[in-house]
Amino acid sequence: MRQSNIGWLFLAPATLILFVVGFIPFIYILYVGFFDWNTNALDPTLRWAGLQNYRNLVFDTTFLSSLARTLVFAFIVVISELLLGYVLARALMADRLWGRQFFRTIHTLPIVVAPIAVGATWRLLCVPGFGIVPYYLKLWFGIDYNISTNAYHAFGTAIIMDLWHWTPFVTLSLMAGLTALPKEPLEQAQIDGGNKLQIFWYVIVPMLKPVLLTTVFIRLMDALRSVDEIWMLTKGGPAEATRFIGLHIWINVFPKTDYGYGAAMSLLTLYVTIVLSWLLFVAMTGRKGGAQ
Amino acid sequence: MKRSGIGSLVLWIGLTFLTLLPVWWMLVVSMRPRVKLYSKSVLIDDLYWDNFLAVLNSSTFLQYLWNSMVVATSNAALVCALGLLAAFGLSRYKISGGDNVFFWLITNRMAPPAVFLLPLFLLFTKWFVFGDFMLFDTKIGLILLYCVFNLPFAIWLLKGMLDGIPLELDEAARVDGATTGQVLSHVILPLARPGLAVTFILTWIFAWNEYLFAATLTSSADARTVTTALAEYVSVTGTNWGEMAAMAFLTTLPALVVLGFVQKHIVTGLTFGALKG
Repeated sequence: MRQSNIGWLFLAPATLILFVVGFIPFIYILYVGFFDWNTNALDPTLRWAGLQNYRNLVFDTTFLSSLARTLVFAFIVVISELLLGYVLARALMADRLWGRQFFRTIHTLPIVVAPIAVGATWRLLCVPGFGIVPYYLKLWFGIDYNISTNAYHAFGTAIIMDLWHWTPFVTLSLMAGLTALPKEPLEQAQIDGGNKLQIFWYVIVPMLKPVLLTTVFIRLMDALRSVDEIWMLTKGGPAEATRFIGLHIWINVFPKTDYGYGAAMSLLTLYVTIVLSWLLFVAMTGRKGGAQ
Repeated sequence: MKRSGIGSLVLWIGLTFLTLLPVWWMLVVSMRPRVKLYSKSVLIDDLYWDNFLAVLNSSTFLQYLWNSMVVATSNAALVCALGLLAAFGLSRYKISGGDNVFFWLITNRMAPPAVFLLPLFLLFTKWFVFGDFMLFDTKIGLILLYCVFNLPFAIWLLKGMLDGIPLELDEAARVDGATTGQVLSHVILPLARPGLAVTFILTWIFAWNEYLFAATLTSSADARTVTTALAEYVSVTGTNWGEMAAMAFLTTLPALVVLGFVQKHIVTGLTFGALKG
């Protein structure tokens, strides 16, 4: 380890860019959030509004329900992907599964598909009248599935699309974690006569905790901000059934050019994201401390 | 053990089917002439390439494809170069407040992009303006912008990799009279090459796949990327399914090709190398 000022020289270029495209925008919305500013209004200049934008936000039911909807969506997809991913990881690690590498590669495929193309693809599958999903659901099960009129169908499809896109990530990540686990504690627990559930809960989960934490963290952050896929699939509809918060900000800020209000919405969303990730971090690490 | 082997084989074949179905359907639709579009068969009847040709013959799509190529490649190169330097600094020097800097770097990646859309739009159109030149609707703007999420990721990943290179190697080189620059180019660079390759490919994919910033901060064929082309296409026609599917497939293809190279390393990459520590 050498002296500190030379180290800063290496960090400087990266820090400079992130300062310009990351930090300045943050300070800028902090500032704009206190103003009334609409370039399409009669008076397109900045006018001091104090906390008015935030006051409006608290009573804005479309914003609040969009936020709530996003949280529900994120909660459902993260839990399901974790469970599904774990089962698949175990299955894929089964001894001498023929063609294991082949299945792994196939299973990795959705991760790299551009979200916008994921949305387009699922639209092709699910659009009423054209897609095969509504057709075969009707033919085989008599279900009238329609994502453009039924709010539950649209929301459910958004969830399934997210599962398709991101469960592979959870599977691969848990597989990497499971492979790295030491064998001795598992064998010890088996000798001590623990049943499968006990071994899973008291041995595997605690050892896997760092990997679980990272995986949940990444998935939660990404689920909270998914925009592209939903935009392509349903454009946020029907009505507002799939209008998640990122989409809500986007749809509201740009056509309406209500910048001050948009800034307030952005800041509140960022705040919720930070609080959530902090809570998650405390919950996971706190429990770990209590168990040991 | 044998039974569970067969069980998981069945599970995996079923899963492979579910994983491939959407992509397969995209391919099926892209190879259908207009008259057959509403057929509900899931098989490719014959190889019909006109949809692909129509998409590739439209000059704007090729222009968008080229823009994406330039933006993704330049961004990945820039990010790898700056990321390696920063990771070297963080890994090899004791920096006062280094942990805080490191944490701040990573928060840039966690922030929802929708939050940064508005301020960046305003800054790109009103403040970062130099004479006639403004960052709005330029490839340079996108290249810089994508550093927001790619640079923290690269630094995190590369730092983990550099931490794995023994400090003794640096010191041996220094004893032999190497300067810091020579240590970086002759010791670190060759050893970090595989890690750099993974970083480059993953950041390239992220930049290639990005949509929201590209859609908001560009407006003309000079800078729009291939993901925005796809979205535009859907909102303009919405009914020419064959061409839309062909376009979606062409958008995805490059990332699928590079997937082959990083398949083994993709998890380590995507979890920021955190699994190693």
